[in-house]
Amino acid sequence: MMDALILSRIQFAANISFHILFPTITIALGWVLFYFRVQFARTSDQRFMEAYMFWVKIFALSFAMGVVSGITMSFQFGTNWPGFMEIVGNVAGPLLAYEVMTAFFLEAVFLGIMLFGASRVPAWLHMTATFLVAFGTTMSAFWIIVLNSWMHTPQGFEMIDGVAHATDWWAIIFNPSMPYRFAHMMLASFLTVSFLIAGVSAFRWLIGGRTEGVRLALHTAIVAAALLIPVQILVGDMHGLNTKEYQPAKVAAMEGNWETGTGVPLVLFALPDQEARENRFEIAIPKLASFILTHDWNGKVQGLNDFVAEDGTILHPRVAPVFWSFRVMVGTGLAMLIVSWVTVGLMLRKNRNGTGRRGVDGLPKPVMYGLVAMSFSGWLATLAGWYTTEIGRQPWLVQGVMTTKEAVADVPATLVLSTLIGYLVVYAILLVAYIGVIFYLARRSNMGKSIEPAVPLRPTQKIQPAE
Amino acid sequence: MYTFGDPAQWLPFTFAILMGLSILIYVVLDGFDLGVGVLFPFADDAEKDRMIASIGPFWDANETWLVLAIGIMLVAFPTAHGQILTALYLPVFLMLIGLIMRGVAFEFRVKAPAAYKDLWNNVFFAGSLLSSLSQGFMLGMYIMGLDYTWGHFAFAVLTAIFLTVGYSFIGATWVIYKTDEHLQRKAVGWAKGGIWGLVLGIGAISAATPLVSTRIFEKWFDFPQALYLAPLPILSAILVVWLWSMLQKMPRAGDRGSWHPFVLATLLWVLAFLGMAYSFYPYVVPEKLTIYDAASAPESLFIILIGTCFVLPTIIGYTILAYTVFRGKATELRYD
Ligand code: HDD
Ligand code: HEM
Ligand code: HEM
Repeated sequence: MMDALILSRIQFAANISFHILFPTITIALGWVLFYFRVQFARTSDQRFMEAYMFWVKIFALSFAMGVVSGITMSFQFGTNWPGFMEIVGNVAGPLLAYEVMTAFFLEAVFLGIMLFGASRVPAWLHMTATFLVAFGTTMSAFWIIVLNSWMHTPQGFEMIDGVAHATDWWAIIFNPSMPYRFAHMMLASFLTVSFLIAGVSAFRWLIGGRTEGVRLALHTAIVAAALLIPVQILVGDMHGLNTKEYQPAKVAAMEGNWETGTGVPLVLFALPDQEARENRFEIAIPKLASFILTHDWNGKVQGLNDFVAEDGTILHPRVAPVFWSFRVMVGTGLAMLIVSWVTVGLMLRKNRNGTGRRGVDGLPKPVMYGLVAMSFSGWLATLAGWYTTEIGRQPWLVQGVMTTKEAVADVPATLVLSTLIGYLVVYAILLVAYIGVIFYLARRSNMGKSIEPAVPLRPTQKIQPAE
Repeated sequence: MYTFGDPAQWLPFTFAILMGLSILIYVVLDGFDLGVGVLFPFADDAEKDRMIASIGPFWDANETWLVLAIGIMLVAFPTAHGQILTALYLPVFLMLIGLIMRGVAFEFRVKAPAAYKDLWNNVFFAGSLLSSLSQGFMLGMYIMGLDYTWGHFAFAVLTAIFLTVGYSFIGATWVIYKTDEHLQRKAVGWAKGGIWGLVLGIGAISAATPLVSTRIFEKWFDFPQALYLAPLPILSAILVVWLWSMLQKMPRAGDRGSWHPFVLATLLWVLAFLGMAYSFYPYVVPEKLTIYDAASAPESLFIILIGTCFVLPTIIGYTILAYTVFRGKATELRYD
């Protein structure tokens, strides 16, 4: 039987992994919808309204999933990690409180107006509501990332009788890893949404829904992806350098590098063996790790063996999961780069008669299938990224301040296990239903009504909706 | 130094009030929309759509008050938060599963293929029922001091049922306000039935609470302290009678006063809540931990309080805006 600690960790990981799937979509999709909405108001171009009307449904669905799984998260601190709040509650508390007050209410209240209010309020108020929802989701990402980053790079506090007391809020909020993590997460969200929109639009295209709205959505999404992915790779690199400074053990685990040395090779593939403290079946590029991490081919890089205490206690995280999840993330990122650039390249080709570009119509079928396959690639990279970050922090919960073990609740393991199974069953069903409904909506908007209604945003004109 | 008195005294008190306020707003607001869900089996398909439409723009914001309440407890009384939530581990889990089910069913029932609509309607009902029951169960266990004995368990089962009936009562008054014709008449019937559950529930809790501890008993029955409490039962009785006679005459011509039952029901909740708060003060975990012992460091509470002073009025402001935008009878929910 596993103990309550490991079960609580698995339960927390399951809950947050499920939760983060939906914020990753709503954060960026909110802004995309705002963009469609404003463009429609500015140009009266029906394509924008068509795209808006389709994606707002997926937004509403994702939002509901995000809200209910988020409510679960806010209870998890008390049910599973009471020690967390007792030790660092003075820092974590205000950050969470500000998230609820400045973000959750904003998005929750204006969501109603954004979704159902278009015919009841003037256009400017509807646009404002759409803006506030997008802004609210971004704010909530900001506050929670502040807290999470503080747990990785804590500062601005002092310990009195084993309890953290805040001394400098500015230092707490703008802690060293926050800017990188926030930027990386926002970009992750935009990339996830870009590939989702591109994938679902390609799917609609393949089954015959070649409307202007689909064309526009596919075009916008893939261009955005192609522009953002290089930025993401750059920010990821900077993020890694920052981590090397504050959490060197994590970076050593990500690299699968055991010995401290100069001119360290970049390990592409290996099976890290923690017992033998070496890599098996290693494939590596000489000196590249030194170059990436220090920007010097012969730079010195710390290895995992530096993080073993005299008495043999291991002070670094488990290597294999960190090593592998990091590779999954970077691999997905590279796949995104290739797919988006190839697609944009194909779209930029000149028409046969030499007038204009081929655009979406010039994309061959295999590319469309490729885009469909990439629909949820953002989820994969985001989860892999969070696993790298979070498992890489272990055994610490707040780096150098408290360990995960100190936080765990005194609850019987069987209770944690049975609720864990309950959550997993519910999550599995919901995930299937969610993905199923997205593609169902895509198919339905093609059935017989390829063009969704031109929707009036003035209450005086009434046109029947698509359903 | 202490311009306004000792912050270790008034800060915990202020936060206890804020927390109580959020819980109260939560049970009224989410109470009515959970209640609407509990009433689902009594409605036909078209009525279900109408009932959903009456809560569609609001339910998300309503649930956020729960997040705020639990958040305030988390930040202001961390020890209590840990003790209460670990003691209520299982009912909290069940409530969350319930909230998940109903929250997503809301979206799925209109977006999934039509053949699944009934399924999602049932999920919506089951989720609402599960959340209401587990909240009532938690209330009962909390009153009993979070100790699991068979007697306490039985009491908690009782409060679970009563709270669910109470929610469906306030839900019914909401439906009276938001709909008309046949459904409204039906809702009047539901409310007439529900009010008795509510009366029994308040009665049972009032009977049990003073028995939990001698301290509360003295607060209730010792002269002159008992006088502070006296207005509550009297006012409640007046409200119940008033509500009952009002429901007899519903619906009235021209839909006059269709919102009155909801307002009176809300007042009834407020009174019941005040009674509980008065009895348990100053404890946050009944008879074990006072708000003063459980409170976080003053400097952290202070920084939250400053934010609250600005943000809370804003939240209330735009909540009112949302209710104003969607005032009047519920119409079909559409994205345009
Ligand atoms: C980077 C983004 C991010 C991360 C790491 C988290 N969340 Fe989240 N959360 C959001 C971004 C978000 C969001 C975008 O703001 C959501 C998703 C959909 C929504 O409605 O808001 C949300 C919803 C949401 C809600 C419902 C709010 C409502 O009622 O509107 C709660 C209570 C939480 N979250 C709590 C948490 C907790 C306790 C987390 C960590 C342990 C957490 N979230 C991680
Ligand atoms: C949203 C994306 C996130 C994901 C996918 C994620 C994932 C994970 C995972 C997989 C673990 C388990 C590591 C292990 O035990 O080996 C973990 C640990 C933890 N994370 Fe995160 N996390 C996220 C964000 C956050 C945030 C925002 C916070 C705090 C505000 C947080 C707090 C914690 C805590 C308290 C633990 C310790 C419990 C544990 O070890 O499981 N996480 N997280
Ligand atoms: C391909 C180049 C990429 C590099 C070099 C890179 C680098 C990194 C590094 C070093 C971390 C760990 C931060 C830490 O130590 O705590 C990280 C985390 C993360 N990555 Fe990436 N990343 C890349 C691509 C991506 C992509 C494509 C996505 C998603 C679409 C993504 C999403 C994330 C997320 C969500 C996290 C966890 C949150 C955080 O710590 O920022 N990454 N990334």
